[in-house]
Amino acid sequence: MDFAAINPLIFFSTMVAASIPVLLAALGELVVEKSGVLNLGVEGMMIIGAVCGFITIYNTGSPLFGVLASIVAGGLLALIFGILTQVLHSNQVATGLALTLFGLGLSALIGQPFAGIKPPTFPKPDFGFLSDLPVLGQLLFKYDYLVYLAFILVVGVSYFLNRTRAGLILRSIGENHDAAHALGYNVVRVRLAAIMFGGGCAGLGGGYLAMIRVPQWTEGMTAGVGWIALALVVFASWRPYRVILGAFLFGGVTLLQLNLQAVGIKINPAYLSMAPYIITIVALVVISGSSNRLSTLAPGSLGRLFYKTM
Amino acid sequence: MLVFERRREPSKFWTAITPVLAVLVTLIAGGILFAILGKNPVEAIKTIFWAPIFDPNLSAYARPQILVKAAPLVLIAIGLSIGFKANIWNIGAEGQYIMGAILGGGVALAFYPLEAWWIFPLMIVSGIVGGIAWAMIPALLKIKFKTNEILVSLMLVYVSEHFLASVSLGLLRNPDGVGFPGSRNLQHYVSASNGELFAGTGIHLGVIVAFVSIFALYGLIRFHRLGFQVRVTGQSVRISRFAGVNPNLMIIFCLAAGGGLAGLAGIFELSGPAGLLSIDFNVGYGFTAIIVAFLGRLNPFGIALAALLMSLTYIGGDLAQFMLNLPAAAIQALQGMLLFFLLSMDFLSQYRISIKHWARG
Repeated sequence: MDFAAINPLIFFSTMVAASIPVLLAALGELVVEKSGVLNLGVEGMMIIGAVCGFITIYNTGSPLFGVLASIVAGGLLALIFGILTQVLHSNQVATGLALTLFGLGLSALIGQPFAGIKPPTFPKPDFGFLSDLPVLGQLLFKYDYLVYLAFILVVGVSYFLNRTRAGLILRSIGENHDAAHALGYNVVRVRLAAIMFGGGCAGLGGGYLAMIRVPQWTEGMTAGVGWIALALVVFASWRPYRVILGAFLFGGVTLLQLNLQAVGIKINPAYLSMAPYIITIVALVVISGSSNRLSTLAPGSLGRLFYKTM
Repeated sequence: MLVFERRREPSKFWTAITPVLAVLVTLIAGGILFAILGKNPVEAIKTIFWAPIFDPNLSAYARPQILVKAAPLVLIAIGLSIGFKANIWNIGAEGQYIMGAILGGGVALAFYPLEAWWIFPLMIVSGIVGGIAWAMIPALLKIKFKTNEILVSLMLVYVSEHFLASVSLGLLRNPDGVGFPGSRNLQHYVSASNGELFAGTGIHLGVIVAFVSIFALYGLIRFHRLGFQVRVTGQSVRISRFAGVNPNLMIIFCLAAGGGLAGLAGIFELSGPAGLLSIDFNVGYGFTAIIVAFLGRLNPFGIALAALLMSLTYIGGDLAQFMLNLPAAAIQALQGMLLFFLLSMDFLSQYRISIKHWARG
């Protein structure tokens, strides 16, 4: 084996790019869960975002339209979930599962004619001489626009949740919807907004996969990333900055597994491919087991139905 | 204005009628979807839902096939419904199905080419054990560390899929397979073969067991104390404690029921219709069974009907893929829609809708 073949700088920057889809999806789901809703349909919203983004960027040639299409598609699918769970009071677990099934099926249907085509290349910002800096250039200034957008979004979500009045209202609704309702906040409207934000983020995450990371459309291409995103929210104990850490961990493990195969370490590739999922389980156990405060970290009304009282 | 009043008890009438309504609305919405995608909607819906039962050229083959494909769905959904009633969400049945098949198949292949009467029962029991063992991972982690069983059981699906790939290309690969990936074919190993019971139908022992399990669940829920305990746990874990239920044992029981029956479905499928372990052995029965459980209202007879309907869409979907070039995943879109409509129509059984005038004041 030859570890020297793995260049740490390139490894890091590839890891950052590899972690963006799961980072975006997890960030969106974090806001949804903070409002007290558990949407298990992340996988479905991601893949719809992926296929709609791909088709749009392929047909229009415009990356901006592709990005917008991903966001809108994910958001619209989330709206179905929102109406069912918030207005019609359906079971959140079952509705989320239905969303995933529906998303996987619908994306395969509409993406059928687009399989295996290359999309136009996605532009990167030009930082001039900065990207030629010896180490920092590779580490910080070589990404596409969406990478920077994703990190700005993390900062924004953290600021919104912890420093703004609207964020406080959202958290209070997630913590105790009956009390928030009694204070006069519109629980259903705030939750619908949170759910659509989550859908938009998941859609964008999927779009990143299809338009930039892979880049092409393949049926079922999200391959469980949406579920990892759900696990990441718990892993991050509902804190935005920790989502970055979790996403890097997941992206890093996925990448390391590819690198180890390339370097020629003789482990059955199937066992390496299992690693990200097993590590996610271990992380869940560590997080859940180590802190008795988990029950206080999780939003108090998470997954519970809200019945408006007159 | 329209007023929604919550009913004290869900309406029996609407609970029974909404699955039928949901199916009808899905047919219409599915037709619209196909039309938008430029496929002939009437032809697509007819191929999926009508042809397998009534087309004279296809029905002789397709009718018994509906039973054969419904069997694993019934077995898995029956197991899952017990957990869902208790608010324990095992959504990793697909993984438990795979592990049951691997362990059961592995045990049978370990004795190859020995012929003995005890190999078949041993293989079936090993299949159940494989499924239970895999389901015990989320169960024990939930009890010990309070980890979320939804996420753990689901992550384990991906782990088991990779494990399946590794054993079917490695440990259990057919040594006489001349490079062909996959295990020996159990249909050619007399002691382990779960063959046809009625010539030409494909109906195997698993189909019979599946239909027995329907009555077993009915008996359990209706007449046994465990059934009561499951229902109470689903209402509230705290109240169930007063009723003398040990919540930890309930978690183990529910996941074992789901895992064991999924494992059983896996080993019947492996030793019967599938024959051999290969990368594409699993086809999503574990996930579809979740829909079947909901569509059947977690009621054993409802589950049987729902499984037959889902099985019909599988066979119709194969036909549509072959005849109309629809992608296989189109069926998933229909299944997802069906669940959407069913869940949204539940509103009708939970609420009374009436027209009222508000008094001013």
